Amino acid sequence: MNALLSIKDLHVSVDGKAILNGIDLVINTGEVHAIMGPNGSGKSTFAQVLAGHEQFEVTRGSIRYADQDLLALKPEERAHAGIFLAFQYPVEIPGVSNIYLLRTALNTIRKQRGEAELDAMDFLTLVKERAAIMQMDEDLLYRSVNAGFSGGEKKRNEILQLLMLEPRLAILDETDSGLDIDALQMVANGVNTLRGDPRAFLLVTHYQRLLDYIKPDFVHVLAAGRLVKSGGPELALELEQRGYGWLKETAAGAAP
Amino acid sequence: MSLPQPVYRDTFQRLQHQLPGAGVKWLSRQRDSALATLQQQGFPDTRVEAWKYTDLRNLGRHAFKPADECGGIAEADLEPWLFEHEPMHRRVFVDGRLAPRLCPLRTLPSGVTLSNLAAALEQSPDELEDLLGRTLDPDRTGFDAMNTAFLQDGAFLRLDRDAVLEQPLHLLFINTGQAERMTTVRNVIMAGPGSSATVIESWVAPGDAVSLTNTVTEIVLEENASLQHYKLAQEGDSTTHIGGTYVRQQRDSRFTSHSIALGGRLVRNELQVDLNGRGAECALNGLTVTQGRQHVDNNTRIDHRQPHASSNEWYRSILDDRSRTVFSGRIVVHPDAQKTRAQQSNHSLLLSPQAEADARPQFEIYADDVQCTHGCTVGELDAEALFYLRSRALDSETARKLLVYAFAADVLERMQLQPVRRYLEQQLAARLTGNDALLRDAPRH
Repeated sequence: MNALLSIKDLHVSVDGKAILNGIDLVINTGEVHAIMGPNGSGKSTFAQVLAGHEQFEVTRGSIRYADQDLLALKPEERAHAGIFLAFQYPVEIPGVSNIYLLRTALNTIRKQRGEAELDAMDFLTLVKERAAIMQMDEDLLYRSVNAGFSGGEKKRNEILQLLMLEPRLAILDETDSGLDIDALQMVANGVNTLRGDPRAFLLVTHYQRLLDYIKPDFVHVLAAGRLVKSGGPELALELEQRGYGWLKETAAGAAP
Repeated sequence: MSLPQPVYRDTFQRLQHQLPGAGVKWLSRQRDSALATLQQQGFPDTRVEAWKYTDLRNLGRHAFKPADECGGIAEADLEPWLFEHEPMHRRVFVDGRLAPRLCPLRTLPSGVTLSNLAAALEQSPDELEDLLGRTLDPDRTGFDAMNTAFLQDGAFLRLDRDAVLEQPLHLLFINTGQAERMTTVRNVIMAGPGSSATVIESWVAPGDAVSLTNTVTEIVLEENASLQHYKLAQEGDSTTHIGGTYVRQQRDSRFTSHSIALGGRLVRNELQVDLNGRGAECALNGLTVTQGRQHVDNNTRIDHRQPHASSNEWYRSILDDRSRTVFSGRIVVHPDAQKTRAQQSNHSLLLSPQAEADARPQFEIYADDVQCTHGCTVGELDAEALFYLRSRALDSETARKLLVYAFAADVLERMQLQPVRRYLEQQLAARLTGNDALLRDAPRH
């Protein structure tokens, strides 16, 4: 196992307001990490910073990813390097079909890796196979990206993109929020399909329920911009029973 | 409050005997009175509220004249402006006059009469006496008056009770680009009770000569009639297009307008809908894409006069360079118009810091049981959407272009007529993204 992602003392603010206050985290290939925490703790910020959202300013610390300085890369360069963020709120793009976006994204990444673009037949075979895993109607492939999709369809569409792009580091930002149990199982099924070396997953979630279907190797609790507790899968169960209240005191105690 | 236009009196006096229907008394009276209005009102200046953002001083310095003869256009020249894969009835007007040799003869369904105004005024002027000018405001602007005074030709479509024009009617107006010429067109569409039709107006000018297009389309929809109307303004960089579309709707009738402005130096589209019957519905969609120093002014007005009628306006504009767009949307809900539903949405996307979009939603509501909503924004591309596409490996330039296209596609998706929609998708994909693959994988519906 090798360190795929190595975060040291990460501080992040937006519009001058500190959101993350010193995060240290190492993710090795093959591992699945879950970040849990109450609303407003900085979970989504953390996910978006990893994908390169320019709204956030990294004020201190470093992120190494696959022997590169991640913070020096633009969002698209991170995607080329194998980072994928499944969005909490996927964006609707009328007039641009799902299949066009998938084809463009996949072929751009292949080109960056020095691989040939997939021809139309191979691409179609692949996309149909992956859509079947997500139990998505083929019809959705030819619709405008997320336009008029239900909440569950949008989330499944994110995981379809993940399955097509086969990232090395996949970050799921509250993909489970608002999903009914069937859709949640499909999302988990998609993730479990790709799980294992050389890949790693970072699941950002508010609810323990997702972790019944995707068993994490490590669980971290984010509160007030810090990882205040780390443990194995049993930590998620404890959080389910006790809530986050008892950890907030820990967070307050840990603040400088 | 006006820019006087004395020059047009001389032009009129010289030409009036050559205009169609010259010997028809009621028409001569209309033309004389219209000329008097034009003399009295001139062109509006920017102190007139409805023209606040559109300055016509440059236009007022010219002395446009009708073309003496029509420019030469061959069948093969039409190709860039035709739509694929769907049989259509077609009437082509060159420099404002019907060009019969460019109009394929197709059998019309029973109950449908299609001719041109110049011919109808010669052959059966009495039929038009009650129709011509029926939708025009008595306090018309100088341009409407000018249109009546100088009107040359135009389409005349009449649908009897329950007549259905299944294949769309494509009206193609070509300005061949003779300098200092004006084209004056009047279209009249009378849709009888229960009838339905689709009409497309394409306005094109391949040349770059300074010219003026002055056009009025009058539409009357009787009870339960239905009309889809497409207007594509694609004229050249030196053309001024002043257009009025005036619609009168009776009970339960349905009117859909798609007004697309891609070309022209200055375009003013006036669109007025009078919902004068219970349960009448109208949907007004607009898309404007401007660059360089283009100026496009969409001025709409909807009058809700009777209960249970609904209107839905959906206008978008995309502005680059130093171009400018104006949207004025006036909605008047009269005292009897209870249970009115009126929605208005107007969004502009600025691609350049020098571009300017002005928006004026204006609601006047005199009834108390109504639902009226409006939304209006002027802004740049959505940063979240840009980030989304970049996180999917697209570079920022490609991502930006896709989002600009998506902004336009949002209007095109409302079009029922697939050939027109595909035609515009091609035009816009080329202009906004330079990317054909986008169309190969175009969304299906």
